[in-house]
Amino acid sequence: MADVTLRNVVKKYDDVLAVASINLDIPNHEFVVLVGPSGCGKSTTLRMIAGLEEITDGEISIGGAVVNDLPPKDRDIAMVFQNYALYPHMTVAENMSFGLKLRKFPKAEIKTHVDNAARILDITELLGRRPKQLSGGQRQRVAMGRAIVRNPKVFLFDEPLSNLDAKLRVQMRTEIKRVHQKVKTTTVYVTHDQVEAMTLADRVVVMNAGKIEQIGTPNDLYHHPATRFVAGFIGSPAMNFVPARLEGGNGAGLRVRLSDKLVFNVPESRAPRYSPHTGKEVIFGLRPEHITETRGRENGVGQEFPVVLDVVEPMGMETMVYFRVDGTEVCGRVEPTAAKNSGEAMQLRANLDHMHLIDPVSNMVL
Amino acid sequence: MADTVQSWGPDSIPDTAKAPVRVKGLQKFMRRHSTIAVLMCLPLIIIVACLIVYPAFYSIYLSMLNKSQTRFVGLANFTYLLSRDTFWMVVKQSAIFAISAVFFKALIGLITAHLVNNLPVKGQRKWRGMLLVPWVIPLALSTLGWWWLFDPTHSAFNYILKGMGFEEIAWLSDPYWARVSVILVNVWYGAPFFLIMYLAALKSVPEQLYEAASIDGASAWQKFIHITLPMMHNIIAITVLFSLIVTFANFDVVQIMTAGGPRNMTHVFATYSFLLGIRSGDLPLGAATSLFMFPILAIAAIFILRGVRKRGREIG
Repeated sequence: MADVTLRNVVKKYDDVLAVASINLDIPNHEFVVLVGPSGCGKSTTLRMIAGLEEITDGEISIGGAVVNDLPPKDRDIAMVFQNYALYPHMTVAENMSFGLKLRKFPKAEIKTHVDNAARILDITELLGRRPKQLSGGQRQRVAMGRAIVRNPKVFLFDEPLSNLDAKLRVQMRTEIKRVHQKVKTTTVYVTHDQVEAMTLADRVVVMNAGKIEQIGTPNDLYHHPATRFVAGFIGSPAMNFVPARLEGGNGAGLRVRLSDKLVFNVPESRAPRYSPHTGKEVIFGLRPEHITETRGRENGVGQEFPVVLDVVEPMGMETMVYFRVDGTEVCGRVEPTAAKNSGEAMQLRANLDHMHLIDPVSNMVL
Repeated sequence: MADTVQSWGPDSIPDTAKAPVRVKGLQKFMRRHSTIAVLMCLPLIIIVACLIVYPAFYSIYLSMLNKSQTRFVGLANFTYLLSRDTFWMVVKQSAIFAISAVFFKALIGLITAHLVNNLPVKGQRKWRGMLLVPWVIPLALSTLGWWWLFDPTHSAFNYILKGMGFEEIAWLSDPYWARVSVILVNVWYGAPFFLIMYLAALKSVPEQLYEAASIDGASAWQKFIHITLPMMHNIIAITVLFSLIVTFANFDVVQIMTAGGPRNMTHVFATYSFLLGIRSGDLPLGAATSLFMFPILAIAAIFILRGVRKRGREIG
């Protein structure tokens, strides 16, 4: 087990910049998830840590030692691939023991390691089968088993759940978390699924266009996004963004004007933060879960406002309501019993303690 | 067959409700996929039947006649052959010829396939094309070229050997060198086939298996032994079997280069049966000789194909 450090790591394919100068410190035992849309450089970053891609510039160290020029086999890492990459001509046990066999471990020790890993993953009865005879979830477990037996310094996961169906994905997600709690190996996990990132990670690294947008705990990212991209990427359904104008002064307190009719008063607690931007065009951001029905929800500073519902989507435990503010679609999340039908007017309540204002030029959260 | 009763575009079929039942049945029969498939394959089936099945059975019939084809002699031709030293020499030579030629073809094919596969994509096509040339030239013509190269008095090889201070070699008249020469030409001709098959197989091995192996700690050689070879096992087995059959039955190279000489030392089954059946006019004996190839190849085929099927089930 070891910590992983990336210093100004750059990856260029000919003239295309895939990863632009990344800095990242992953302490021992930590579970870090790299998340971002496809093509954001997260997989490339992982493959550079693994040694499957050469780095164009910068420095990667594992356990304090610079590994820039070390081949994958000398980095003491294990990797789980998206399509598992199990050796089809070997049994499950052979797949799992291949790495140990190449490292010339004694047979008895190999068997102990394999049996142990198989028990952790509950695949003991599959050891004699070949990958072809396994289901997707079982293959996934074997791929993880292959990583665990080696007891490496670092686990690398490259979108390991994206080939599974939705139900199995949730199940395996829990499984991965459980395994990490047991073996506590430093883990770098790549996914494009923000739910996976939020549920698994000790810390999440949000990447976009080859750069790190923000690093933080799942709660940090959710409540205090640093950029518009993070604010929109984390959370489902995504945060509402409405162009607005910050007004104020004359002793009346700060206000956000979303449209001619809709004006929100900025809570006292935010006033010092926002007042330097008075008079500027901004983007107002508020998550659907902070736009609710009016009755019974008294937490924080709320402000009621009337809307005409566009679309109503019942989800069972809650109902999503969509309405327009000056042409921009906005989503709210209300109690099923409180929801009106589409086309009808409804009184909603915005919890402004959770509002965000974003600079439309720099896309930074103010 | 019985379950393929769906028809092609039932909407476009004219109304047959008033037609007699028999015609309707016939129409239905003609509209079956299986019927159409058989009809479309029929020309090929007829050609195969005329050119392969009929001669095969005719040669079995021939092999049981006497030399003048007037009397049925049963297995006498076969027992006669089995008692002849020359025949056993031909068996031995055919085996040496086929096994060593196929071995070197497969080996060279595997090595060149790896080399070509590791070339940059840009130049790969050019090399693939050039390396395929021996396989594309009509064998009879290219063998004549080789025959000239091997010529003892004014050949290129001996000219070079002499220039380098070595003694000249009687390539085609020394029994040992004659065998080496025919095998060499056969390898030259057949290796590109292996190259192209192995290249295709190499390209079908998923890149991630190699990545997983390098993370598991495998060196390039270990990747070859533990990933490439097992993944190519089936294609190697099938190409070797196919090549073994073709090489075992080879005629043109040996016939053109040495015609079986010197002293019958390079004869293989095909040339020997040509010698007996056509040159010496004993057609039944020639047919009997060629029929000996069948059981030998059948046994090889059964063993190899059994392995292929087993691995196919395991790996999928």
